[in-house]
Parts: sequence; structure tokens; C-alpha cells
Amino acid sequence: MTGDMRLARLAPPLTLAILLGPLFFGLAGTALPAFGYLPELGGEKFTTQHFSALAAVPGILRSSVLSILIGLVTTLVSLGTVAAFVASDLGTAGFARVRRMISPLLSVPHAAAAFGLAFMIAPSGMIMRLISPWATGLDRPPDLLIVNDPMALSMMAGLIVKEIPFLFLVTLSALPQTRHMETMRLGRSLGYGRIASFTYLLWPPLYRQIRLAVFAVVAYASSVVDVALILGPHLPPTLPVRLITWMNDPDLSIRFLASAGAVAQLGVTLTALLGWVGLERLGALLVCNSRSAGRRLRRDTVLRHGARAVMIASAAVVFGGIAMLAVWSVSGLWQFPDALPSSFSLRSWTQALPRMSGPLQTTLAVAGLSTLIALVLTILCLEREYETGRGRGGGALLLIYLPLIVPQISFMFGLQVLSIWLGVDASFSALVLAHLVFVLPYVFLSLSDPWRAHDRRHDLIAAGLGMSRTRTLVRIRLPMLTRAILTAAAVGFSVSVGQYLPTVLIGAGRLTTVTTEAVALAAGGNRRAIGVYAFMQTLLPFFAFSVATGLPGLLFRNRRGLRV
Amino acid sequence: MTLDNLTTHQGLRLSGIHICLGDRVLVALNARVLRGQTLTVMGPSGSGKSTLLAYLGGFLDPAFEATGRVFVDGVDLIALKAEKRRAGILFQDPLLFPHLSVADNIAIAIPETVRGRRQRRALADAALEEAGLAEYGDRDPDTLSGGQKARVALQRVLMSQPRLLLLDEPFSKLDAGLREQTRQLVFDQARRAGLPVVLVTHDEEDAHAAGGQVHEVGPA
Repeated sequence: MTGDMRLARLAPPLTLAILLGPLFFGLAGTALPAFGYLPELGGEKFTTQHFSALAAVPGILRSSVLSILIGLVTTLVSLGTVAAFVASDLGTAGFARVRRMISPLLSVPHAAAAFGLAFMIAPSGMIMRLISPWATGLDRPPDLLIVNDPMALSMMAGLIVKEIPFLFLVTLSALPQTRHMETMRLGRSLGYGRIASFTYLLWPPLYRQIRLAVFAVVAYASSVVDVALILGPHLPPTLPVRLITWMNDPDLSIRFLASAGAVAQLGVTLTALLGWVGLERLGALLVCNSRSAGRRLRRDTVLRHGARAVMIASAAVVFGGIAMLAVWSVSGLWQFPDALPSSFSLRSWTQALPRMSGPLQTTLAVAGLSTLIALVLTILCLEREYETGRGRGGGALLLIYLPLIVPQISFMFGLQVLSIWLGVDASFSALVLAHLVFVLPYVFLSLSDPWRAHDRRHDLIAAGLGMSRTRTLVRIRLPMLTRAILTAAAVGFSVSVGQYLPTVLIGAGRLTTVTTEAVALAAGGNRRAIGVYAFMQTLLPFFAFSVATGLPGLLFRNRRGLRV
Repeated sequence: MTLDNLTTHQGLRLSGIHICLGDRVLVALNARVLRGQTLTVMGPSGSGKSTLLAYLGGFLDPAFEATGRVFVDGVDLIALKAEKRRAGILFQDPLLFPHLSVADNIAIAIPETVRGRRQRRALADAALEEAGLAEYGDRDPDTLSGGQKARVALQRVLMSQPRLLLLDEPFSKLDAGLREQTRQLVFDQARRAGLPVVLVTHDEEDAHAAGGQVHEVGPA
């Protein structure tokens, strides 16, 4: 009976190889040149001179410190907002409304959200147009540095509006494993306000479950490239942006410096993570003190309103931003301070589409293929786990999260070096593999909970009817889990669509996607072209999620037991 | 204040309670529960009897509509927010907080006005000793037996100095021998603390052990 599931036995090692192989070889490919070894470029012996050169780069310390701070502040604000909002509104009708509003935001690519934000808050952006000239008296955009500000405030805002939906959904998926309803009631019946009840009683076990996802946010925000290119400071830019500039430098000897910088980025992200662990300790101490004094904190209205306002504002900013992208993409003449263009035209689209078809095909092919591979591997791994009962511990989870916690740029650069050396750079298969490293964890995380929650008695009945394991999987489990599988596929697809750095480095400029094209437009400032590309970038995941939610309803329209 | 006045205000007074879901009346009730006495609300599962506890505790889902007046010792309960009602609840499960030690599970119920870590801990230890769990203060609550957990949950709710006690089938998950014992303990302690008790159950024996008035709620 187990004979025909032999394939599943290969899946866990293969999955680990796909997750950890690129990580390991990538880090090695970064570290060797960083220490001077890259024979192709004349680096024959080990040296630390590239690190000395790195330390001598003007403003490098500021870039690094900025990256650390961005990681910490972004995570603190988004996690604080999510926690306070869940504490405040869990179980209310408003909570369900906000949940429906926030969930779709997860699929919006970071770059598109960042462009949208820029279109809202820029001196000539929507907000300024709406209050001009009647409130500001301005008939020309003010000379202010809002986007790309040196304090990286707009960049942090762009990250926060995207991390809030992520952390919110991660928290929501951990909630059912706690007795949250009764716990909150118990806390309040003991006289604690909602925020206090949540913080003292529910948050500690909840946070333990979402901690790796929070680490991933710290790591991502401290090493992100695309959002930094769009919203981040220029003089000096954050560390990852400087790295990508060096990596693309036509002078190949700069690669040594870039490698040293990529190793330094590891240190920067590690420092941010250690800083976060410090904040965790501090927070735990404060909570513990307040709790053991029995502080009831019943007057939490201001905090509750604040959290709710930030939640709703973050959704409004992203939705508004996407609307801005759409309007700009079809706008004719649009002078400041008009709130709407004076004319509409499809010219930007007709101009862009012929050039976009290549990148669009690459986007769809890479996303489709990497998602498909990720799905098959995930299902086989989960099937194997089901058979053996192994692999669901904390160690396995850490391995899945590892590619999301180690900074992309630190190992993707090494992979680029390696792919050039192997002669597979800018090849389609290498690009799919590079995306798979990030698609696979998300597909796994998305599918594993519903898979494990599946009622096993269906399989026992199938076995009792004489069905083989493969047949049970294909005829019983896969159809019953259609909705979860399609959702996982949509998650994987949108993760792939949103990938900037792996595409730039492994695609080496010859394989481009909608995302890399969109981000490349950031420096130019052609809002109509940006509107077209960034809106297209938003549409693709949106379609994927529409299919994931719409198709099961169509397939199972006569099956009430399979409706949500 | 005359003695007569005092007695009419004491205990729990439920007047004209109506809890409806759409057109369906789930609970319709008038009752007076003196301190130390128990009102048992009996009904099969799905009859909506637990909505009464949710209403009294301040957690009624907005889908339900409730009217009526509730006074405890003359205090209008419904006018207060849940966290100000001091309505102690025991659920089916003891629901000890898994991340806190056994002593901290009790200490968290001590009112804010008791200051100083040492004094709060001393109170918690005293409560544990009363429950026959003197040595268990620093233990992980998960290592306690079912009966021990139930006793800690009881001490916790009493420690919060509640105005009244709400029992949501708190004995239904215990096995027979333990159920008898825990039932006795809870009613004894409630009597000693002089708390009016509202018990919701589908078990005749619970009602019998409680010994007070019984209100039947119809099936769905």
C-alpha cells in the first residue's frame, strides 16, 4: 500500500535541498569573494582588504544604521498596531469588516503599494491636490522632500502598510489555537480592560506562535531593495540599495566590495534581529511588571481608537494608492492642483503593452511554474508527514522560515556569482529555482494548516473501501481541499510576481518581469508608465486570488458541505 | 439605612429579563437570588441558556436582543462595562493561563488596590493553601490534575472579589467522582463568600446539589 507513494518519500529531502541549497551555496558564493577569493576576477588569495574598503566608503555607517532602524521601527509599528487592534476589536462586528478589508491587501506587491503611497503623499500627489489650493493656497506643488526623505519615514510608511496585513493574517491564523473568546471574557470579568486582558493573557502564547513571521518582517524590512528604491532616502541610500548599485557596476572589480557589503548586510540584519530580541525582553519585562501589579488599564479608549485608525488608514492608503496608479495609467493632461485629469486616454497602455508582453510572459511563466513545483512538493511533504507523523516540530518550521529570515541580497548575490560561473545565469530554469526558494515557504505555510486540519476519518473510510493511498489522495483529499490548495497557489503566485531582487540578479537584466520593469521606472518619474506597470503588477495576484475564491464555488456549486 | 432596606437590596435581582434571537425568546426570567443562594437555569444544549450568563457578564453577542434590569446589592449591573461588573465566571474548562505559574494564575485576579509584589504573592499563596495546593505555586498549570485545575480556577475567581458568580456548566467535563467533590466545594465556597450564584446546566444533579430555585429553559 505504501509502495505507490514512493514519490512522497523523496519530497522532504528534495524540499530541504531547494530551500537550503541556494541558501548555503549562495552564502558561500557571497563570502568567498568578500574575503578576496574569486579567481575569474583575479582574486586568488584570501584577504580582508575588501572589508577595509567597505568601511572606508563614505556614509556606509549611516546606511547600515538606517537599515537596522527601518527594520526595528517598521516591525514595532506594524506589530503594535495589529496587536492593539486585535485586542481592541476581537469578536466585534467591526473586526470582521476590517478583516475582509485587510485580507486582500496581502496580495498587493510591495513595489505597487510603494508606488501607490508615493502617488498619494508626494508634493504633487493626491493628498496635496485634494487640499490645494483652497486649504494650502498652493497652485504649484510645494518644494518639499516627502518621498525619499533622508529619515526614511516614507519608506517605513510604505513597509508598514504592507506588513500590517501580513502580520494581521498571521495572527488571525494563530488565534484558533488559543481559547481567545473565553480568555478575553475571563480577563474582563477579572476587571481588566480589553488591551490589558489581551496583553497579559492572550498575547504571550499567541506571540510564541507568530514569532518567526515577525523575525521575517524584521529581516525583510532591514534588507529590502525595491521599496527602498521607490521610497527610500538617496543621500545616502540604505545599505541594500548601495549593494545593488555595486553589484550592477560595469567595473567588475567592484564585485569584491559588493560581496563584502552583502556579508555586512548579514551582520546588519542580524543586529536588527538581536535588537528585536532585546525589544522582546524589554516588552516582556514591562508586561510582567504591569501584570504582577494587577494593573487593570481600563481606560484604553484612546489606544483602541488609535489602533483602529491606523489599521483602516493603512488599508485606505493602499487601496487609494492602487486607484491612483490606475488613474495615472489612463490620464491625459493632469495639472496640479486638479484632483482629476482633464482628459483620459489609453495612450500609456497602447505604448507600453508591446514592450510589456515579453516581461509579462516571463512573469506568468516563472510564477506559474514555481508555484506548481512548490504545490507538488508541499503536498507530497504533507502526505509524507501524514504517513510518518514526523516533520511538524519547531525545527522543521525554522528551516521553512530560514530563506525568509536570511536577507535575500546576502545569498542571492552569491547565487548570481555561482550561476555565472556555472553558465546558467539569465536562464529560465535558474530564475524559476530562485523564485522557488521564496515561493515554497509561503505555499507550505499557507497549505499546511488546512491540510493538517483535514478530518482523517475520510481517509480511513477510503482505505476501508479498498482505495490505495494515491487514489485516496487524488479522489478524496485533493478535491476536498481544493479551496485551500487554490489559495496556497494564489499566495505562491503573488509571491513570485512580487519578487524583485532574485529576478534582477539571476535574470541579469536579460530576463525581466513586470516587477523589475516597474521598479526600474522609479528613477525616471514618468507617472503614466509607472501607473501602467505597477497597476499590472497588482492585477496579476488579484486575478490569482479571484480564481482561488471563485473557482471552488463554481466547481462545488451543488455541494453545501464544501462552501465556506 | 434601615435593616429592612438593606435586605431588599442584597443579592441578585433579575427583573423582566427577555433575551431574544430574532422572534425567538430564549430566556424570559424574573428572579431574586439572595447571597449564598443559587439560581439554576436548566435546559438542553442549544436552548440558549448560556446567553443569560453572557448577558449578565456583559458579553452578549449583538445578534441577540436583551431587555430587563439586573441589580446586585443595589448596583445596576447592565449600566456597567464588562470589566467593571465584577461578575466572576467559571467555564466548562478551568482555563488556567498556560504561560503563568499556578500562583500567578491566582495573583492576576487580585484587585489593583493591593500593592506590592510580595503582598500579592502572599495572598495568592494563602489561597493556594486553602485549596490544599500549598506546594504548587511555582508549577506549570499544565502539570496539575483535572481536580487541582478546577480548584485553582475557583480560587482565582474568588480572589477577584466578585459581586456574583456565574457558572457555565463548570462540572460537565469532570468525571463522576471528581464532579461530586468539585460541585460541593464550589457551592460551599460561594455560600461562605456570600455570593449570589447563577448556574447554567443540563444536568439534573447539578440543580439538585445547588439546592436553590430552578428555572427551566425550553428546547430550541
